Amino acid sequence: MYWEKEIETISPEELKTLQQERLKLTLQRAAQTPFYRKLFAQAKIKPELIKTKEDLQFIPPTTKEDLRSGFPFGFLSVPLTEVVRLHSSSGTTGTPTVIYHTASDLARWSNQVARSLFTVGVRKNDIFQNMMSYGLFTGGLGMHYGAERLGAMTIPIGAGNSKRQIWFLKHFKSTVIHIIPSYALLLSNLIKSEGLDPKTDFNVNIILLGAEPHSEGTRKRVEQAFGAKAYNSYGLSEMNGPGVAFECGYQTGMHLWEDYYLVEIVNPKILTPCQPGELGEIILTTINREATPILRYRTKDLAFYYQEPCPCGRTHLRISRIQGRADDMFIFRGVNIFPNQIETVLMNIPEVGANYRIILSREDYRDIMRIEVEIKPELFAGELPKLERLRERITNELRAEILVTPQVVLVEPGTLPTQEGKAIRLIDKRKL
Amino acid sequence: MAYQISVFAENKPGRIEKITGILAQNQINLRAITISSANGFGVIKLLVDQPQKAYELLHSHDIPAYLQEVIAVIMEDQPGGLHKIAKILSQNQINIEDAYGFVVKTGERSVLIIQVESQPHAQSILERSGLRVLNDEEIYQY
Repeated sequence: MYWEKEIETISPEELKTLQQERLKLTLQRAAQTPFYRKLFAQAKIKPELIKTKEDLQFIPPTTKEDLRSGFPFGFLSVPLTEVVRLHSSSGTTGTPTVIYHTASDLARWSNQVARSLFTVGVRKNDIFQNMMSYGLFTGGLGMHYGAERLGAMTIPIGAGNSKRQIWFLKHFKSTVIHIIPSYALLLSNLIKSEGLDPKTDFNVNIILLGAEPHSEGTRKRVEQAFGAKAYNSYGLSEMNGPGVAFECGYQTGMHLWEDYYLVEIVNPKILTPCQPGELGEIILTTINREATPILRYRTKDLAFYYQEPCPCGRTHLRISRIQGRADDMFIFRGVNIFPNQIETVLMNIPEVGANYRIILSREDYRDIMRIEVEIKPELFAGELPKLERLRERITNELRAEILVTPQVVLVEPGTLPTQEGKAIRLIDKRKL
Repeated sequence: MAYQISVFAENKPGRIEKITGILAQNQINLRAITISSANGFGVIKLLVDQPQKAYELLHSHDIPAYLQEVIAVIMEDQPGGLHKIAKILSQNQINIEDAYGFVVKTGERSVLIIQVESQPHAQSILERSGLRVLNDEEIYQY
């Protein structure tokens, strides 16, 4: 029933004690890092006086910009020789964010993911086909190590290459898949187009959906397509990656593992705590990690929490699906993208004019990114082939930055609609 | 040497209307027009009687326009007229990048507009072959 019964069903009092012990340790580790040492000094914080979750409010939150400014070692609390792995955000123009892990960090993270997988019914005899990309992205490796920790046979196939995915599903009779929701729907269609039935010709009975916010409706469609249960999960690389929060068999909210994180859900403007059911930004403090302690990290993800205890018996806080973002980041085919990354690329190309527009849509379960780019009248060179080359150059430079290929369309200057003089940069027509 | 204007335009209704409207209001006469398009956008090439003025007008309306030298050569309006010119160019290894033509007097004369990589070189070859190359004013005199 449980992977770690004692910790998963811990009483509120015991949890509080455990969290306070781990917070104390975390603050000691944080004080070893250049970033927090400076922050504590500037804000006149004595970390030893921060004892409870409520005391956390005296510490200013940490933002993604802070993590960038701390590149490369600002958040490292152990000697580099103790580090066995790093994960990093994508992006070539901006400074990346880097998270370091010691061997015991990885062991704890693997346990966290194993616990999450166990919660939705994955067992040692399962065959796990991991369709997330491996590498710096935490989705692939994070889930991989968790599944191995659990003892399931793990197929590190990675993302994409649908024909090969289908071949493995068929020949190894994979029972569990980890997949981006939009790709799950696409894959089920591809399976059908090969004359196979995803429900009866395969053995998939658990689908782990991740890396992309999605709605209950999308989950239902994935479940119907494969005739399997699909479970939502939540994670972000700054907080390890997958396994921060996971649904249980009841599929009503995700349990956020409170022995790993202190959770706050706050009004994103004034940072005051939200009531149950009230949408707010998730703020997380790592309390079970040594190499890279992060205090009060502003995830910018919006969700609410449930007050009622979960029938599954787990006492860890249940949060809703991610309902949106407190900033303008969007997720495209599982890749986190900020409009600013696109803007930086475009504005470094001399032929590009003042305005551009990003339009996201979905056709046949495939996400499409169209970028309309105004060209500069004075740099127009008169010939169609030159325009085609410009369009290709813009496409290639964008792909190098955002790792996905957009459809670039050149438009006349002054034709993109603006609102009160301010350009509308992002239009997301996708239905979650 | 003659001039044409290239205009960048999205492939959607109303673009040619807008451009020709500006030219009409300013008493600019059109001799020829060609359109090529790909991937939702295209280039409109215009041969007009006052290229410099047309270019400035379009620019003042924020329309990306480009003033470009082209070769305008007189061509006989009869079978083999174009072939004769093409043959001279090919014998001299000159590649035609773009071309269009229009009839000035049916059965007698038409004008061929060509764009090649090295315009002065091509022009002198055509002239040495006995062909008549026109400048802006001359296009409209014929």
